[in-house]
Amino acid sequence: MNLTKPAPPSEDKRWRLVEGTMRRNGYEPHALIETLHTVQESFGYIDEDALKFVSASLQVPLARAYGVATFYHFFTLKPQGEHTCVVCTGTACYIKGANAILEAIKNEFGITPGETTDDGKVSLLSARCLGSCGLAPVAVFDGEIVGNLDAPRVIERLRRWVGND
Amino acid sequence: MTNEELNAIAKAEQESKERFEHEVCVCTAAGCLSAGGDKVKDALTGEIARQGKDKKCSVKGVGCLGLCAKGPLVAVESHGKKDKLYEGVTLEDVPAIVQTLEATETKGAAAAGLERSMDEPFFASQVKVVLENMGKIDPEHIEDYIAVGGYQTLYKALTEMSPTDVIGEVTKSGLRGRGGGGYPTGLKWSTVAKANGGATKYVICNADEGDPGAFMDRSVLEGDPHRVIEGMAIAAYAIGAHQGFIYVRAEYPLAIKTLKNAIRQAEKMGLLGKNICGTTFSFELHLRLGAGAFVTGEETALIASVEGRRGMPRPRPPYPAERGLWDCPTLINNVETFANIPAVIREGGVWFAAIGTEKSKGTKVFALAGSIVNTGLIEVPMGTRLRDIIFDIGGGIPEGRRYKAVQTGGPSGGCIPEQFLNMPVDYESLQQVGSIMGSGGMIVMDETSCMVDVARYFMEFCMSESCGKCTPCRVGTAQMYDILCKITEGHATLEDMDMLIELSDLVKNTSLCGLGQSAPNPVLSTLRYFKDEYMAHIVDKTCPAGVCKICSPAKEPVEVKS
Repeated sequence: MNLTKPAPPSEDKRWRLVEGTMRRNGYEPHALIETLHTVQESFGYIDEDALKFVSASLQVPLARAYGVATFYHFFTLKPQGEHTCVVCTGTACYIKGANAILEAIKNEFGITPGETTDDGKVSLLSARCLGSCGLAPVAVFDGEIVGNLDAPRVIERLRRWVGND
Repeated sequence: MTNEELNAIAKAEQESKERFEHEVCVCTAAGCLSAGGDKVKDALTGEIARQGKDKKCSVKGVGCLGLCAKGPLVAVESHGKKDKLYEGVTLEDVPAIVQTLEATETKGAAAAGLERSMDEPFFASQVKVVLENMGKIDPEHIEDYIAVGGYQTLYKALTEMSPTDVIGEVTKSGLRGRGGGGYPTGLKWSTVAKANGGATKYVICNADEGDPGAFMDRSVLEGDPHRVIEGMAIAAYAIGAHQGFIYVRAEYPLAIKTLKNAIRQAEKMGLLGKNICGTTFSFELHLRLGAGAFVTGEETALIASVEGRRGMPRPRPPYPAERGLWDCPTLINNVETFANIPAVIREGGVWFAAIGTEKSKGTKVFALAGSIVNTGLIEVPMGTRLRDIIFDIGGGIPEGRRYKAVQTGGPSGGCIPEQFLNMPVDYESLQQVGSIMGSGGMIVMDETSCMVDVARYFMEFCMSESCGKCTPCRVGTAQMYDILCKITEGHATLEDMDMLIELSDLVKNTSLCGLGQSAPNPVLSTLRYFKDEYMAHIVDKTCPAGVCKICSPAKEPVEVKS
């Protein structure tokens, strides 16, 4: 099939990274997950335009691209806040009090995993297991893993981000 | 890359190591990194230069040293002296450690307070096969791996052995799948090798370590990535594949970075790619990132995911060994299985089979976590008693609390109570007591954990991780979760408990894949050994461990069935 390649949704240079991933994989349909990873890495989330562009480029139905993006927990279709906090809810973290941390965050900022504060400052996510069970309970603050946490310490860090101190 | 060249690299590397009197190894695996291991490494490098010892001491980052709870860890190897291990190293301790390097007498030395004796059971009781290079080599540096004999086994396999010989050794070793299933590796390999001759074949490494509480694969990939690559290349040669994939969880960014780098280095040296070691054998290796779905640890779901689709399982047979990736014969093994291969081929299957028990050969890496003093990564021979693992190596339960259970096998496994502590840990014994080996996560619980709550936790996990393809798992896990919630909230009746048992049986026997088939295991095993806790929640409306917030303390009349 000789189809012209669809144009990226915008002039944004980041689309070149996305195209790079697809090119490296020969625009094969099996590159869908890899490409969505690149989209999320570049833009922070996967929006409808990105899904349309990727599915057209790889010649997979939009429904399949959407199905894949929603099936895997790692992908998010909503923009993320300025900062992200990922609380681990693996077994070791759970029995050492990860739930208390999530509850404290909910009481303080009114967000549950998958939500972002109204001012767009902090996104809260939960992970199934970060594999740092030796330091349970664990959370990741903007990519930095911190172990042996408790609710007050987490709240304190988030307050700094929200800047109401 | 010939054997001479490999030897030359190994020799050069060893010689450059000889130049230094002391080698300071800083653990930079994820656990110690989050405690500031990288900063300690930089500080040590700076301090050694400041004290003018950089001609005598080298500093490098290494993989997991095992004792994750006490990070950051620093190991010092000195000529003619015993290795030392420092734990909980802070930036303030760095000058003291550097001073101690030269001290002849360690007693009373500046850093003596941080030293951890290497004679403790945690170190002395372990037998290292998979982790033999862990904490000794720099994972970012292929020459380090070659210096400890790396890739020589691949060379030996390619030049001195036929594919049948390789499979023969693996079969002789009695190695069984380390992902938890325990399927004989040699048998799997020979099935794929015999699969219709002309077809393309694939090798896949399952590094989708989804079990919460397990971090063995992550540590191996971050600390000794070339070992897995070498094992995969040997497997590819044995079964006649020329392409391989490593499927890694996206939650392990450090492992991904390390692997990418390792694959690049191996390609550059001609140890991956076309005509490896000057033979006719070619093997290309690609990385594929998972995207956070527990079910993709199941082999058919994993294949769907590598193909870029939703990770949903399909009925087996046909097994992937016959029809796997793009319908071609595919070999899928877990990280630890591949990591055992270089040792099996190097030392021979007979050597490997001498370790372990009659039916479970070799060693097993366990990740100890939860309510235990020495959380971290250990490797012990199969058949080691549970008591020895938890109380000797693991150092027992902290704060004088009492052991209640150990959870093995993650959401597919079960809880093992006190009466089985003297049991040898192998595939069969664990199955007998209603748990499974699983991938090797061991989570210890004390009296502050409520077993009903633990069962509910795992059921919530299985419910939200169910892919939804088959009804028993999609609906059954949700119903079971609801009942468990009712129990922990104190609203349940004894009929609910009967329903829970009936549902367990149904979901176990009618689900499509391993996720659903094993989802009831945590419930069944807690019901079997901790029924009194269920009864306390249902009849007395109390939670003995004080975990569950029982909403209705008032006792409702309970009809006891005859």
